[in-house]
Amino acid sequence: MGILEVKDVNKRFGGLQALGDVNLSVAENTCHAIIGPNGAGKSTLLNCLVGKLIPDTGSVMFDGQSVLGRTPFEINQMGISRVFQTPEIFGDLTVMENMLIPCFARRDGSFALHGIRSVFSEGELRDQAEQMLEEVNMLDKRNMHSASMSRGDKRRLEMAMCLVQNPKLLLLDEPTAGMARADTNNTIDLLKEIKEKRDITIAIIEHDMHVVFSLADRITVLAQGTPLVEDTPENIKGHPKVKEAYLGEAA
Amino acid sequence: MFGLDKKDASLLLIVAVLVAFAPFLLNPFPEGSAMAQFNAGYPDLMQRFVIFGIFAIGFNILFGLTGYLSFGHAAFLGVGSYAAVWMFKLLSMNVIPAIILAVITAGVFALIIGYVSLRRSGIYFSILTLAFAQMSFALAYSVLTPITGGETGLQLALDDPRILDGANQTNNIPVPGFFGMEMRDSTDLVLGNWIFTFNVGYYFAAIIMLISFYVSIRIFRSPFGMMLRAVKSNQQRLNYTGLNPRPYTLAAFVISGMYAGLAGGLMASMDPLAGAERMFWTASGEVVLMTILGGVGTLIGPVLGAGMIKYMENIISKINADILHSWFAFLPDGLEDLVVTMIYPFIGKGWHLTLGIVFMLVVIFLPGGLVQGGQKLAGLFGRKKAEDTKTATTEPAE
Amino acid sequence: MDAIILQILNGLDKGSAYALIALGLTLIFGTLGVVNFAHGALFMIGAFCAVTLSRVLSLSHKVEVPGETDFLGNPMMRDVPYAYEIFGESLGAGIIDWAVPLSILFAIPVMILIGVIMERGLIKHFYKRPHADQILVTFGLAIVLQEIIKYFYGANPIPTPAPSAFVGSFDFGALVGFDPGTIIYPYWRLVYFAFAAVIIGAVFAFLQFTTFGMVVRAGMADRETVGLLGINIDKRFTIMFGLAAAVAGLAGVMYTPINSPNYHMGMDFLVLSFVVVVVGGMGSLPGAVLAGFLLGILESFASMREVIAIIPGINQVIIYLVAIIILLTRPRGLMGRKGVMED
Repeated sequence: MGILEVKDVNKRFGGLQALGDVNLSVAENTCHAIIGPNGAGKSTLLNCLVGKLIPDTGSVMFDGQSVLGRTPFEINQMGISRVFQTPEIFGDLTVMENMLIPCFARRDGSFALHGIRSVFSEGELRDQAEQMLEEVNMLDKRNMHSASMSRGDKRRLEMAMCLVQNPKLLLLDEPTAGMARADTNNTIDLLKEIKEKRDITIAIIEHDMHVVFSLADRITVLAQGTPLVEDTPENIKGHPKVKEAYLGEAA
Repeated sequence: MFGLDKKDASLLLIVAVLVAFAPFLLNPFPEGSAMAQFNAGYPDLMQRFVIFGIFAIGFNILFGLTGYLSFGHAAFLGVGSYAAVWMFKLLSMNVIPAIILAVITAGVFALIIGYVSLRRSGIYFSILTLAFAQMSFALAYSVLTPITGGETGLQLALDDPRILDGANQTNNIPVPGFFGMEMRDSTDLVLGNWIFTFNVGYYFAAIIMLISFYVSIRIFRSPFGMMLRAVKSNQQRLNYTGLNPRPYTLAAFVISGMYAGLAGGLMASMDPLAGAERMFWTASGEVVLMTILGGVGTLIGPVLGAGMIKYMENIISKINADILHSWFAFLPDGLEDLVVTMIYPFIGKGWHLTLGIVFMLVVIFLPGGLVQGGQKLAGLFGRKKAEDTKTATTEPAE
Repeated sequence: MDAIILQILNGLDKGSAYALIALGLTLIFGTLGVVNFAHGALFMIGAFCAVTLSRVLSLSHKVEVPGETDFLGNPMMRDVPYAYEIFGESLGAGIIDWAVPLSILFAIPVMILIGVIMERGLIKHFYKRPHADQILVTFGLAIVLQEIIKYFYGANPIPTPAPSAFVGSFDFGALVGFDPGTIIYPYWRLVYFAFAAVIIGAVFAFLQFTTFGMVVRAGMADRETVGLLGINIDKRFTIMFGLAAAVAGLAGVMYTPINSPNYHMGMDFLVLSFVVVVVGGMGSLPGAVLAGFLLGILESFASMREVIAIIPGINQVIIYLVAIIILLTRPRGLMGRKGVMED
């Protein structure tokens, strides 16, 4: 029994079958990659996991509980954090504030009214946030206006914001899309480190095979909304079906 | 001081000093001089400065922090006024219960309207709040006449019960007061040609304004304030960070509605009558103007904006053609007439035109309002770098 | 039955005005993506075009009446409009009488010019700014425009009559077979409705059958793609803005006999027109027209004595109430498209 169990999920948009009978099981403390050509339904699947979309049929269980019908913030409170394709951060806020918000969310739940006490009297949360920033090598940028940072820094900040919540499951939606090679390698190193240091499950959607094969323990290949095959990276590399559906055209 | 860091504390202190010495500062010109008409140190206007300051501070908590542009905030001000006058009629002429009821009633109203309006955002939110406010105005003006006094407004009468005050012995309608101090009481201080007026109502309102200002600073610096700015910045990320934006925005809406109710209650305390026109959408537009003009999202901006608009309304609107002619009398006749003709549309009854133009210029060139303008100017003179424009909204350096 | 028809008719003229203003608002919003708070001011300026023209036409000078003297023995003077001298007495009188409809010819170029100036000079710079900024700057502009009008025309409403041929009412009921005297309807309101129908038809035909209109509709559906096709969208936006301004202006011109124009009439109509646009569905032209008429008629029904007796004050709030309910239950409005300003 994996920490994330997707069973018989179907999703249609009008006449288009975006997802057809998707079954997926992600084992705890592994990195599971979902790959597939454009339009294979990867993003739709991801959106079904985080509450942005509700599947027409099927079930999505996380940690023994159904996530269907819950809002994104409720699902996050269950322990799923998501990194977006283009970094979604609080651009008007400083890096430190960006970090504090998930700290508050983790400690106080989805709503708490602390209207009078100053943010800066929250010593414990500040320590957490600073520690996390240290981990991603951004402590020196803590007072920067986050919108003015480079894309790579924004990505790292977003990752740190997710990690500081100590999620059980981290969802990554093409975390290296549009990144330079060096940045991509940095991200891979960062993710590897995270995997080693923490008890965390990672599900990653990615185009870049280099990233996928450096990180994933298991890979699911999605094509036209249906899982084609699921196996270890070694076996996927040589799999004829995969070559045909995906790698063939990529190479 | 008071749990504020140095910068905020000194800001509060400066505002407190300015407010305390306003009767002097606003009356710089000796009585009877040509410039005396620019004196703003009379009680009525000074009261309005601080009361609209409160209104704008509250509006800024909503618009400045969350970015939700309410076009119906005057409804809460109106509700507060009505509640306060009813308290004067039924309970006592003491302003305290009146103001408390005004704040509570406005808060309840804001809770209901906010609960519905905040289900949408952006332009839809603006139009929903506008619709609610216009609806309240229309109701207050017509059907609810028994409660609101309709067209004539709600006024005090001799035979009001006023349970706590006991029977009315005199033939005069009593005046709102604070444990014996009447709001309209004033003391004049004559220094040579200068006359300075100290008014009970003004100082009462000013103290409440300082408290409101202090609370708003605390809110800006609190985790709650940070969440509100996060709502403005990126609601999607907030959602995926496990936080529910709606109760945060609703809380901001209710708090800012209560500020408006407080302002309404104070207005009724200074002059115990309430009319539906206080709820009209132009009144809602006015607080938007004040906040933007001063500097939205900054701490001091709304207060400055409120002061500036009320000053323009009361002072510029009093300048007439004769006064203009007397100013430009030093010019040759033809030129004098030309100058006067050119300036005339912008003064007196035309002050709204000036207001509209200034407002447009601010939105176009100075989205940060006067506060940003001031910082830019300061930057020009080298005291401060212009890039500091956001200091008032972001966290102070540690 | 006759009462119902009467209320529908009564709702038509207001509904027409709402529909015309909302149509322009939607055009601007759909093509340019701008929320224009100054649109009501355009309606008001249109009305003052009519005021101006009727004043210009009535300009007169004093002429000596030969052979007569006043009681002081001086020669008798009489005001003679210049129009009489230019066009002859009967034609001149006719022209003055028909000042309001004639203002259409005058208002079209004026309104287009104002619209184009507004777009080029101000709105253009706000395409990329947040909607809140657009609201604020056009709100400021609306204040400026109405204050300028107030400066020149004063604060009081200026009665501007319809041509004498259309003054008064007729028995609509008798025409369609009801008892005489049950449905009395003023001529001019019918004219206004017909006029609105023609304008609305013309705008739709323009968008439907011309290449220009096609591009505009494509732009409303997907602005970026049309931009990518290499079509000069900017110029078309400017023209669209001019067109929307002209529609609002014409609505204002013809409304003058129904309601004497004053400087704040634009704002009064604007608030309601926004509600109309929202009810119809942001960005939907048929929605704007439909909602305009629907709300106009609904308002008229709510003003019936029988209805007020049951729910007092309903006539004051019905439009807002409908808007609130629609926004909460059907956020896209009656005919709104998916993805237009959804939150």
